[in-house]
Amino acid sequence: MSSRSKSLLRRALLVTALGVLAIPFVVPTIWMVAASVKPLPEIFKSPPSLWTPDPTLSAYSEAFSFQPFARQYANSVYIAVLVTVITLLVSSLAGYAFARIRFPGANALFLVVLAGLLVPSEVTIVPLFQMFKRAGMINTHWPLILVTALAGPCVLATFIMRQFFIALPAELEEAGRLDGLGRPALWWRIFLPLAKPALSAVAILTFLTSWNLYLEPTVYLTSPELFTLPQALTRFTDAYGGDMWNTQLAAATMTVLPVLIVFVVAQRHFVEGLAHSGLK
Amino acid sequence: MAGLTRTPDASRAPTGARDTVTRVASTRDSSKPPFWTNRRRDVLAGYLFIAPQLAGVVLFVLIPVGLAIWYSLSDWNVFTGEQTFVGVDNYAALAADSQLPSVLWATAVFCAGVVILNIGLGLLLAVLLNRRFRGATFFRTLFFSPVVVSVVAWTLVWGFLLQDNGGVNGLLGAIGITGPNWLQHGDTAMVSVIITQVIRSVGVNMVLFLAALQGVPSHLYEAARIDGAGSRVMFTRITLPLISPTVLLTSIITIVGALQSFAQIAVLTSGGPELSTTVLVYYVFQQAFEFNDIGYGSTLALMLLSFVMLLTLLQWQLRRKWVFHEQ
Repeated sequence: MSSRSKSLLRRALLVTALGVLAIPFVVPTIWMVAASVKPLPEIFKSPPSLWTPDPTLSAYSEAFSFQPFARQYANSVYIAVLVTVITLLVSSLAGYAFARIRFPGANALFLVVLAGLLVPSEVTIVPLFQMFKRAGMINTHWPLILVTALAGPCVLATFIMRQFFIALPAELEEAGRLDGLGRPALWWRIFLPLAKPALSAVAILTFLTSWNLYLEPTVYLTSPELFTLPQALTRFTDAYGGDMWNTQLAAATMTVLPVLIVFVVAQRHFVEGLAHSGLK
Repeated sequence: MAGLTRTPDASRAPTGARDTVTRVASTRDSSKPPFWTNRRRDVLAGYLFIAPQLAGVVLFVLIPVGLAIWYSLSDWNVFTGEQTFVGVDNYAALAADSQLPSVLWATAVFCAGVVILNIGLGLLLAVLLNRRFRGATFFRTLFFSPVVVSVVAWTLVWGFLLQDNGGVNGLLGAIGITGPNWLQHGDTAMVSVIITQVIRSVGVNMVLFLAALQGVPSHLYEAARIDGAGSRVMFTRITLPLISPTVLLTSIITIVGALQSFAQIAVLTSGGPELSTTVLVYYVFQQAFEFNDIGYGSTLALMLLSFVMLLTLLQWQLRRKWVFHEQ
């Protein structure tokens, strides 16, 4: 065998191996979308297939009539957007200060902030529930917004921003200073525009975290019209507690697909942002 | 997270040059020394800039941890709101809790399974995808895509596929194997939770490993090839040592993440059958929010925190032993 055909064979083997490995990674999602347009009895057909002779969208309309699904969708969107915007502001400010400004106690305070990375949210949720109860914020979106935007994922974001800002050359700052810029202007007009890769990584990570939160809404929210999507997904059961599979899968598809499409379109940006934003 | 693995990070900020600028700027307007020197402005800006983040951490992390310690020392009647100080009673209850051993065992099995599979598979995928070939980006997208799918949706779908008459057994049936009722037996339920979790999250490790692999200088491989080294030797002698900081980082992230897996357990098995998939996080949730035992729930939560801290500390100590440092 010539070396050329040998390497061709090798490549074919590699692609086949990867293709087989990829099955459990992609089939569940494809199957979810496929099953959501099947009539209920067909979902259980064996062997399972990805194709149906008579697709129907009835499960989709059912999702909206069974729960205030449009409302729950809006809740998830507005909370995730708000959390992302606040996190971008808070983490880029703090990250900039920790990387670029020398002030007494900076190192100690940075360690305090890093402690936020070490404490799992499950440890703090019981006391937080009591704190928010005292503040009258149970069954409101405040806990989901405040805790997510200022603690939790924001700490990781601050860390990422700091790592990014540390690596930028000092000349940038000197030039800005000679032009008479103060710290806020340096941050806003020089460092933020340069930090686009880090900011977009932080934005995507934060949005996903907020979009996918499950424990927190389960603990803080009781009214269905305040629910977020992950929480709503688990409530599609009939009067006897049986799962309404096709409705549930239609709702899950609507929850997952927009994010997935954005990811596939922007994936190069996303994956590289994640890999190169100081997470190394 | 270079800061965790390499120390001289902070010194990389070029401080000397900045001082010069500060001095030049402050001499410009010094007919009489004003209070607001640039140095003072800087300090103020520093505190103001970190204030929101610091307030968030203090208010939503540190104070709650303090409160959790206080709760763990008290017995709390949720219905009357009565809180009585009971000292270490809740800690004594840990020893008397007949369910706790199986909870801890399930936690250990879950974490070990997730970490081993996640690191192994993540590394394998990264090595395979690190070669140049058409379709590498495509496969990278495929393997990463479950990360974007919400845990609850992902777990719901797998829950359906793993039912007795679900898709997995349907596929197995097509090749003549009768699959078990995955979620109804102790052993297979745990295996199911571990595997669905690994498939969903391994993409993150894969990407981190890929980034690390791309940082390995290719001249090392060339030199080794000239010396007649095979690909296995090159992997264990060059690749693995050079990416060991990333292996350390990913194992910390993965194990701490596994300790916090709540949604996949809650949605897939609700901790069952029996207690076979009741991991510590799920047990904390049950005690605090289902049985309303705030005191004992907080005690268990602090146990979880101490595990996370111990593991992080251990890894931190170990890094000197097995993490390769350049230069």
